[in-house]
Amino acid sequence: MDDVMAAPRAVTSAVLPILEAQHVTKRFAFGAETITALSDASLRIDKGEFICLIGPSGCGKSTLLRMVAGFESASEGSLLMWGKPVAAPGPDRGMVFQDYGLFPWLTVTQNVGFGPAARGRPKAEVAATARRFVDMVGLTRFADAYPHQLSGGMKQRVAIARVLANDAEVVLMDEPFGALDAFTRERLQEELLDIWAKAKLTVIFVTHAIEEAIILADRVVVMSPGPGRIVADERIDLARPRDPTSPEFNALRRHLSGLLGGHH
Amino acid sequence: MSVLGARGISPRQVLLAVAAPVLGILAWHLSTTGRAYSLIPPPWDVAVQWWDLAFGGVWDDLYSETLLTHTLASLSRVYGGFALAAAVALPLGMLIGRIAVVRDLLDPTLQILRPIPVTAWLPLAMIVFGIGPRSAFFLVFLGAFYPILLNTIFGVKNVEGRLFEAAAMLGVSRQAIFWKVVLPAALPSIFTGLRLGLGFAWVVIVVGEMTGVQTGLGAIIMEARQLSRTEIVVSGMVTIGVLGFLSDQAVQALGRRLLRWSPQHG
Repeated sequence: MDDVMAAPRAVTSAVLPILEAQHVTKRFAFGAETITALSDASLRIDKGEFICLIGPSGCGKSTLLRMVAGFESASEGSLLMWGKPVAAPGPDRGMVFQDYGLFPWLTVTQNVGFGPAARGRPKAEVAATARRFVDMVGLTRFADAYPHQLSGGMKQRVAIARVLANDAEVVLMDEPFGALDAFTRERLQEELLDIWAKAKLTVIFVTHAIEEAIILADRVVVMSPGPGRIVADERIDLARPRDPTSPEFNALRRHLSGLLGGHH
Repeated sequence: MSVLGARGISPRQVLLAVAAPVLGILAWHLSTTGRAYSLIPPPWDVAVQWWDLAFGGVWDDLYSETLLTHTLASLSRVYGGFALAAAVALPLGMLIGRIAVVRDLLDPTLQILRPIPVTAWLPLAMIVFGIGPRSAFFLVFLGAFYPILLNTIFGVKNVEGRLFEAAAMLGVSRQAIFWKVVLPAALPSIFTGLRLGLGFAWVVIVVGEMTGVQTGLGAIIMEARQLSRTEIVVSGMVTIGVLGFLSDQAVQALGRRLLRWSPQHG
């Protein structure tokens, strides 16, 4: 545990991290029993980083993400954004759910404009912002469609556009491409990296797929269950776009697979 | 696009839909026409009677040309009772569905009152509201009340949890959640409740008009029964059926417009 904590890179340690988890533990009461979903997790994330949280079910990766989002509170330890404790969900941390969580009664454009509209932005500004981000994720032709008329990949594009249109600084993604077919997943990975680089986002991306983590991440945080904890924090220094068939990629895959206990 | 086209109804479907009543009327005709002592009037006699009720010129009796008066009386009770039921059941259902204290306070009582049939309320309604239209109004209200209430409660209680999270992370305040998320998400259920409620309002109109009112389709049915004018009874039945059907079609058309987004309605 110490090695994870102790070595924030010397260069950036003076700068305030955008997000920091300090010895965060999360327990859930489950009837009479108490389950420790996450135990003593510490993590430091700098602005602009693309972090993948990886691990098998029950390792606490989604719990950690939901705590950053403000949906759950820590039982012990603290979660800080720009040095201030995270108390509740807020538009600075946009969440992209695996099951999309789109509002079915709103069109694509209305879903994308939902955040700005809810926060009382002027109508013309909401419309312009929505249009810009609908275009950005390539859904111009479907601007007036309702969610039930869209494919899974299109729905997830809307979900991404929705948090971007709302000026999210940190985008939290909970296995966002897990329900999509391989082809759509690859395209969305590329598009996400593109948007991330252009918009200078900070992304925390939960996945259980090693390859996806290596394709996307600056750093892969490896987690392990029973109780959930962080076991390694690996920097991925390969140049993008990354080639999953290269020897370096395969070496990393083997390395991470080893850290995960060879289950993958 | 035409109404039929928009709903994807083919000529074949229309033909099939019409086949059953046509066969029914044919069987009715064959089993009643030409029998001297049939208690059930043949369809043609009913058609003539209906025409006389609507436009007169056949029997020229007490009932001739009175259909419009009776229909308007029943319509006002059906829609009035329904509107009152909606006005009470919608807010009440939203409160019961969203606020635990209100639920604990009212839900048990309402659940005990619910199985009591509208017919059982008739004597009490006549004591409380007197003989006449106010009792009829109350009984129609009762018939429409529960479907609207129960579906509204169901709708506001069963909003997908994910949508609350999505709204919260997009910056919707706790006070705005009801209007921004709960209400639109509950709309399909609420709509189903309203549709069922209006249907029940038509179902109970005859019972409602057993309260001694002078006009109304239910009233002439009960009166004609005592006079053994079975053609009038059947004419009234057919009129209620057609009006109920048309009113349901109108509600459904409204639903398709308002709930375009819903895969179940759009």
